[in-house]
Amino acid sequence: MGRTKTIARRSFLIGSAAIVGGVAFGIYQVNKDAPNPLVAGDGEVTLNPFVLITQDGITLITPRAEMGQGVQTTLAALAAEELDVAWEDISVLHGPPAQAYYNSVFLGFAIPGAHYKDTPFKHGLRQQVGKVGKLLDLQGTGGSTSMKDFYERMRRAGASARETLKIAAAKQLEVDVAELTTQDSAVITPDGTHIPYSDLVEAARDVTPPDVKLRDKSTWKYLGKPMPRFDMVGKATGTAQYATDVKIDGMKFATVRMSPTRNGMISYDDTVAKEMDGVEAIINMGDGIAVIATNTWLAIQAAEAVEVIWAQAAYPADTTALRAAIVASLDDEPNSVVRDDGDVTAVVSGTEVMAEYYVPWLAHTTMEPMTTTAHFKGDTLEVWSGNQSPTATRDACAKAVGLEPAQVTINTTMMGGAFGRRGESDFSVQAALIAKALPNTPIRMAWSREEDIRNDFFRPAIFARFRGVVKDGRAAVVDGKIAGPSVFHISSLRQQGSIPPGPDRLHVEGAADQPYGIPNFRIAGHLTDIDVPLGFWRSVGASVNGFIFDTFIDELAHTAGADPLQFRLDLAGAEHAPSTAVIEAVGEMSGWTGSTPDGIGRGVAFTHSFGTPVAQVIEVEDTGNGIKINKCWIAADLGVVLDPKIVEAQMTSGVVYGLSAAMQGEITFSDGIAQQENFNDYDAVRMHTAPKFEVRLLENNPFIGGAGEPGTPPSMPALGNALFDLTGIRARELPLINTFNLIL
Amino acid sequence: MPNKLTVNGITYDVSLPDNVPLLWILRDEIGLTGTKFGCGVAACGACTVHIDGEAVRSCQVALADVWGHVTTIEGLGAPDNMATIQQVWVDHQVAQCGYCQSGQIMNASALLDEIPEPTDQDIDDAMQGNLCRCGTYPRIRAAIKDAAHRIAQKV
Repeated sequence: MGRTKTIARRSFLIGSAAIVGGVAFGIYQVNKDAPNPLVAGDGEVTLNPFVLITQDGITLITPRAEMGQGVQTTLAALAAEELDVAWEDISVLHGPPAQAYYNSVFLGFAIPGAHYKDTPFKHGLRQQVGKVGKLLDLQGTGGSTSMKDFYERMRRAGASARETLKIAAAKQLEVDVAELTTQDSAVITPDGTHIPYSDLVEAARDVTPPDVKLRDKSTWKYLGKPMPRFDMVGKATGTAQYATDVKIDGMKFATVRMSPTRNGMISYDDTVAKEMDGVEAIINMGDGIAVIATNTWLAIQAAEAVEVIWAQAAYPADTTALRAAIVASLDDEPNSVVRDDGDVTAVVSGTEVMAEYYVPWLAHTTMEPMTTTAHFKGDTLEVWSGNQSPTATRDACAKAVGLEPAQVTINTTMMGGAFGRRGESDFSVQAALIAKALPNTPIRMAWSREEDIRNDFFRPAIFARFRGVVKDGRAAVVDGKIAGPSVFHISSLRQQGSIPPGPDRLHVEGAADQPYGIPNFRIAGHLTDIDVPLGFWRSVGASVNGFIFDTFIDELAHTAGADPLQFRLDLAGAEHAPSTAVIEAVGEMSGWTGSTPDGIGRGVAFTHSFGTPVAQVIEVEDTGNGIKINKCWIAADLGVVLDPKIVEAQMTSGVVYGLSAAMQGEITFSDGIAQQENFNDYDAVRMHTAPKFEVRLLENNPFIGGAGEPGTPPSMPALGNALFDLTGIRARELPLINTFNLIL
Repeated sequence: MPNKLTVNGITYDVSLPDNVPLLWILRDEIGLTGTKFGCGVAACGACTVHIDGEAVRSCQVALADVWGHVTTIEGLGAPDNMATIQQVWVDHQVAQCGYCQSGQIMNASALLDEIPEPTDQDIDDAMQGNLCRCGTYPRIRAAIKDAAHRIAQKV
């Protein structure tokens, strides 16, 4: 059985070719054929270790964080496919923060134009620009980038390692390398002798890794098939280790109460709290307090007993005022117009449709509240953190405690959910600061659920105004204005200290980039200058615009008297064949007829996001005792399905996450503080409210698409459109529970 | 005065205040971290353990109120010796982030003890207190049915 390794620090001497007890194979020659001029001169030619072979076995460094998406299993499968390693011999390890593991996709998002229009040239351009991420030490898990990033990179690492082992064996045996083959973690000689890879460690050290051609897809043994996930046994037996499970002798337990107005603390009184059971110390964190105790629960009790006066928020203090500010920004000149086909101001005869939409603030609510374990020893800091940004986390922790990044060890643990929240470094930095206050005492910090919701970095509320014209059953004009604060700008300012140039594409993704041929099609982004702390929330802009844009398309279809599914097919028809195919597929799967019996409603929706077109049909039923969701059909095209069982799980997971928000997700503010506190007032889909699923995965897409996020955007309009079919009431605001009698 | 607590067949003397919830005794004192904290208000089920075979939310049971023998996910079965229900969970590849799954498994295990062949309605009723933000519900449902089948075959 393969396994997930937890800690193997001895293995990491980044930049050094000699690794104690083993040998690391790099992929530095990946760029040899197409050197990136921006990388040249960097002078930092380190081995980029992905494959580590020791006398004990084979460890594949899978440097993307496991937040539940199965990434470490598929990354390992990519390398293993070429390495010819037996599945049960593999251990996987996230590895340390390192430039070698930089994300080569993130920066490619900055290239203008909708992804569905990418040509091979433009796709290559995105990849080249993405490589600049190396210079920025940009390591991160998110944006559904992992498979795009590693589809070739990881296979090359495996192939290069395999050939290196063969060369080593050839030298040892004094035979021609062409006479050797590999199978099940061993080099096989012409006489059939198996030399285990682990016996070739010494011999492989002096071999220059060769450049290798990748195998053809038709020969794949692991890829394209459902592989046993490395994390399943740990997660079924309670032995998987999250940051909150780290055990170190002498450990103390901590929690924090940070400013819920995100604007600091005026004063606090801990007279009562510091006398409470188990309390060892209460620390002034500047913008909040931390309690260290002998038990987490005792720490949480004491933290709640501290009397704190918070500073007033710097943003409008309540939901109504925030909404007014967002709506008002529609009157300003747009900050971006990234789609402007034809002329939306031209007079077009036909039927005009006007609609306004609003989606609320949302929290992430990962199952595991923010947690980090930290151990400060004066000149070193070790951190165990479930995080999506290990290099940024390392640097932020180092800066906070006054150490150099090289003095900080980051262990990226499994995460109890992330959804974008764990791309932030706030919780890791807090644990580091608490640990510094008690040097040589390991600190395990856990937030309460209430802290987790109040101190989230929220998905913004957005208000949109759309005008459209339908003529002869077709959409002739779509003119959309989307207003709200910018996740991208606010998080960039917070994390990098500046706002990247160019239009904010994330603000309008899910609308401006849709593969629809509409003669007059314009999407304007209006950014509201309010400083509510915002963060990336599963599918980001598409989580907003997927609902708004597709709902408007549905309104146009009904106004045109067209079948909603056929209407979308006609829009995508000439524009993007893979999108047409998923819409057709979902129609076929669901037996779409365009009509439903009394008491049943069906809605179709489509969003192209993160490189993956996804169409969904949702069926709702009026039970007489409330409306329930019966079933959701999903058709998606990721180009290459590397692990169908994992991709299916990501698709259904994305839908459940989206439906949870669509049905009942809503953060409201009062006095600048998020009002929701726990799952009793910020709940989600549960066993009895989850639909049945049917998923079909297509492979027409010319480029590999993302899996984690694209299931989310169309789920929300599919539900709203189904409710319209059932009730005749158009859902223009979320959450839907405010309008419909949904069973929760 | 120390409280005696029997967890997975081992008796511990615990010197913490009587009102500390069982969850935090298990996690911070005994070191059984398979049981998870999700909400602290019995709204998510991540902390579900068994007391004398009954599924309870350990965040709501004070140390002094523990009325019987406690079984946690670690007591159900270990990686090299998994209980049937744990093996089924692995075979169906139920978990995503996995954080809620200890609680899901402990709750499902108690359900199967009470109702050996649960219907969909039984599963809805029994499992709706266990939240999963990754949305693994369809596989949890399938795993429970498969576990019921496998347990019945063994008997």
